[in-house]
Amino acid sequence: MAARTLTLSLAAAAAAAVLAVVGFTPIHSTSRDRIFEIPKGTWSRRMSGDKVEILPDHIRLTLGVRDILVLRNHDDVPQIFGPTLMMPGQSFRLPFERAAEYTFACTAHASGQMTIVVEPNPATPWAKIRWRVTELLGALR
Amino acid sequence: MSYMTRGLMSALTALLLLTSSTGAGAANGTPASLKAGVFDPPRQAPEFSLLASNGGTLSIGNFHGKVVLLAFGFTSCTAVCPTTLNTFAQARRLMGAAAADVQVVYITVDPGRDDTARLQKYLGAFDRTFVGGTGTEQQLAAVRKSYGVSAQKHNAGDSYTYEHSSFTYLIDRAGRIRALMPYGHSPDDYVHDLAILLKE
Repeated sequence: MAARTLTLSLAAAAAAAVLAVVGFTPIHSTSRDRIFEIPKGTWSRRMSGDKVEILPDHIRLTLGVRDILVLRNHDDVPQIFGPTLMMPGQSFRLPFERAAEYTFACTAHASGQMTIVVEPNPATPWAKIRWRVTELLGALR
Repeated sequence: MSYMTRGLMSALTALLLLTSSTGAGAANGTPASLKAGVFDPPRQAPEFSLLASNGGTLSIGNFHGKVVLLAFGFTSCTAVCPTTLNTFAQARRLMGAAAADVQVVYITVDPGRDDTARLQKYLGAFDRTFVGGTGTEQQLAAVRKSYGVSAQKHNAGDSYTYEHSSFTYLIDRAGRIRALMPYGHSPDDYVHDLAILLKE
């Protein structure tokens, strides 16, 4: 009974320590870019009937951490990509400075639009934990 | 392995994943110098030939040597266009004499209503230097396609309206499309970017 209590106490302490570190460690990012790329051959794949989805119709960004949308067209033909027309080999780098929801007309999506939600910089411990968990889950998908 | 050891290992693994996934402790990325979205490499702005609101022919080549703000819309637009054009006008006022090298070009998506006279009157209410362009439906569709601009006509009772791209292209003195400013940016943001492009 005593051993079980000790184990549970230690587990709770470890969990609390993890939450404390995750919640209080400042978030810095090696890059603020959120990158989406059109691979070479995408146009051919689409023409042959493949349904190629590269850019989601909802994109989440975070101010100060990952707040630059980068689009790159590696295909051999011009492509409507997000809000703009991109030439082969061209990239487009769009920074965001305000937390808000941005809607762009985007003919590449069935809805005809693309939404970019820019969230505030995670300032509180809880916001940092939430951001890190969301990022981790996104990376694992 | 005891529960205690497994618990500690799980906690450490979680800690590692949750902090390393964000690159904790590394340097921040370098912010872009323009507020607008930047194209790399920039491409030459596609040429066109339309009817100019101030008479004659409107061509993008007319403005080589100036920085051009190129937007698409229609004079009956109640949501996007008045805000965008007012932002351009405010930005030009804030720039003072430097605004002489900035040209606003506004191409209609509504040739059924927007003739040159209507464009001239509409644009003049914002800034007398603004130039509008119109043409046939086919001409305007070709221009939109070359610039990646969308416009969809919708019936609205006895009338109609358009849903259209709301961004603005920033074209440099050499006639290259350098950047795209999404709808909603402030006059100060335009002044910031125009100052950079004008210095080149």
